[in-house]
Amino acid sequence: MTLQSLKAALLSLAFLGLFLCIWHAATLPKAESQAPSDEYAKLLGKGAKKSDGFPSLGQMGEVALGHLRDPAYDRGPNDKGIAIQLGHSLARVGAGYLLAILFAVPLGFLIGMSPLLYQALNPFIQVLKPISPLAWMPLALYTIKDSSISGIFVIFICSVWPMLINTAFGVASVRRDWLAVAKTLEVKPLRKAFAVILPAAAPTILTGMRISIGIAWLVIVAAEMLVGGTGIGYFVWNEWNNLNLTNVIFAILVIGVMGMLLDLAIGRLQKAVTYVE
Amino acid sequence: MSAFRDPFDPNNRLGAACRCGKHRSQAEHDAAAENLPDARYETLNRRVLETAAMRALFPVDVVRRRFLRAVGASTASAVVSTFFPFGALEALAQARGKPEKTDLKIGFIPITCATPLIMADPLGFYRDQGLKVSLMKTAGWALIRDKMLNKEHDASHFLSPMPIAISMGLGSVAQPMRVMTVQNINGQAITLATKHKDKRDPKQWKGFRFAVPFDYSMHNFLLRYYVAEHGLDPDTDIQIRVTPPPEMVANLRAGNIDGYLGPDPFNQRAVYDEVGFIHMLSKDLWDGHPCCAFGVSEAFVKENPNTFAALYRAVLTAARMAREAKNRSLIAKVIAPANYLNQPETVIEQVLTGKFADGLGNVKTVPDRADFDPFPWHSMAVWILTQMKRWGYVKGDVDYRRIAEQVFLVTDARKHMAELDMKAPAASYAKLKVMGKEFDPAQPDKYLAGFAIRKAA
Repeated sequence: MTLQSLKAALLSLAFLGLFLCIWHAATLPKAESQAPSDEYAKLLGKGAKKSDGFPSLGQMGEVALGHLRDPAYDRGPNDKGIAIQLGHSLARVGAGYLLAILFAVPLGFLIGMSPLLYQALNPFIQVLKPISPLAWMPLALYTIKDSSISGIFVIFICSVWPMLINTAFGVASVRRDWLAVAKTLEVKPLRKAFAVILPAAAPTILTGMRISIGIAWLVIVAAEMLVGGTGIGYFVWNEWNNLNLTNVIFAILVIGVMGMLLDLAIGRLQKAVTYVE
Repeated sequence: MSAFRDPFDPNNRLGAACRCGKHRSQAEHDAAAENLPDARYETLNRRVLETAAMRALFPVDVVRRRFLRAVGASTASAVVSTFFPFGALEALAQARGKPEKTDLKIGFIPITCATPLIMADPLGFYRDQGLKVSLMKTAGWALIRDKMLNKEHDASHFLSPMPIAISMGLGSVAQPMRVMTVQNINGQAITLATKHKDKRDPKQWKGFRFAVPFDYSMHNFLLRYYVAEHGLDPDTDIQIRVTPPPEMVANLRAGNIDGYLGPDPFNQRAVYDEVGFIHMLSKDLWDGHPCCAFGVSEAFVKENPNTFAALYRAVLTAARMAREAKNRSLIAKVIAPANYLNQPETVIEQVLTGKFADGLGNVKTVPDRADFDPFPWHSMAVWILTQMKRWGYVKGDVDYRRIAEQVFLVTDARKHMAELDMKAPAASYAKLKVMGKEFDPAQPDKYLAGFAIRKAA
């Protein structure tokens, strides 16, 4: 480890410590408001552990441990452990994302190889790209008539654009010299695509995929909050129902960590295909 | 078990008019026996058949009792079973009325209005009818509507105006929906943010922002009615926005809204979280008003008549139990967990038992704060239609009676209530009183004309 990365790690830890200190200070127990009578206080659940309000670090740790200790319980269709919820979300993201790859990479290739198509399709892509997943949802529900497929569709439609654009851009900007060499050697079109263009454009394509996985993971939480049923987004929504911030914060942490892992995985792939000219 | 007196019990009271002693006449007995809950046969069947045999063998009560006292009930039962092919008879009885579809998805919104249809799951009432039900918690009323239209859900918790609106194609494509039972009566409230503690007169509410769960909800119509009676026009003097019930408390805390007419437990939850107080229970607007309903699509009724009947029995059994005040604490316990309402038990208990903190420092006791009368009065549907017309949700002439009678299945409800020994009223129209003003279902247009504040037609 170099000196700089050591320093960076120490600094990260210091930031974390500072953040936890602020959290701790902000959640120190306050004096409870005085209730008019004991009976009234009991009806408000005072004295007992109340689930609302911002949790202290201790409460947070306790809840997190509770979830991690029993991550795969299943108590009926609306109450499942965090691992099962995460599994449902990942499966949806996987399906939508895979569909997006299957659609975007070949199409991007075509668009990239033909400047005419690129120009013709560009306006559509630019209009469709910035649409929020939540805006697609009602339309999807109405036309597809199935909420879980709608979820997958929304992930697909939101994660397809960065891949499409990046693939097209990568393919279009392969160095002319290499294409010229391929031409002189009379390489057949298919071979040219796979042996010259694909490796050359791979880093750009992977960049698009990396952006897309981030978007897909953003979208799933929103979509599941809307559609309900299963998944980490539903978990957040269900705990919001109960105004249980502790669980919501825990879920936020899980979502963050999972998103980072997904990004890292694609990042690895990206490194593998990068080349130095 | 209640539908059948036990003839093996020598101490049973005599003197009723039918064979089993539970019904007023033999005809009524036969009708009830004919519609006996199918799945109950599995447990009840043998006993029922034995009962019939026992009665046939010893038509004279005194003789039967003497025989029973002499040999004992179990011996008598064994002796009787040697004479009759009970196994074959049982199989015969079971073949009748088997549910066409047993795996059902039922949508619900996590509110206490849905108490009967929710409690039927943990308490096994669906299972008793041979149904395997998954209760699907749903994020909002629009989604409830969409999932019913998509047929993702087989049956659903509805706001009682919703099946009417969907059947008429208001706010969606038209698809005939049917109300099997009303889920609950009363049980809603107007909750205001704590900062409005001193503004108890609606005349001071000009400019307030209120939340209701859905356009086609009793909440919307009751809130509009209430402020209009106090001289405010709900369309111009206050703002009414649609917010899913679970998000009402969070919005109240954030100061996004000044109050809401919402379903419980979210009124009580606002008190529990000390962000609001209960201004008024909906019971004090219209005592006995319907709120939510249990419904299916017409297509489902046609395709699955036996499942439909089984669902009826399960939900009515639950309603019957929920009506009894003594059961309410237990019910609070079974519906509070994360799989159902996901609320602190004490909040649910305060709603159901009617002993609650009002958010102003008082403990109040209102036993009928929430109740669960399942009978789907046609007059309620007509009232809903008058309000839909009043506020411009439906335009032009409305055939009140035809729509009410199509959507609210009074005949089926009455039939299945009779099977379960529940009292169902003979009429399906009755005069109502909403905030002291009488509503005559026979003259809806005249009633409508009596309102000074309404949307210009």
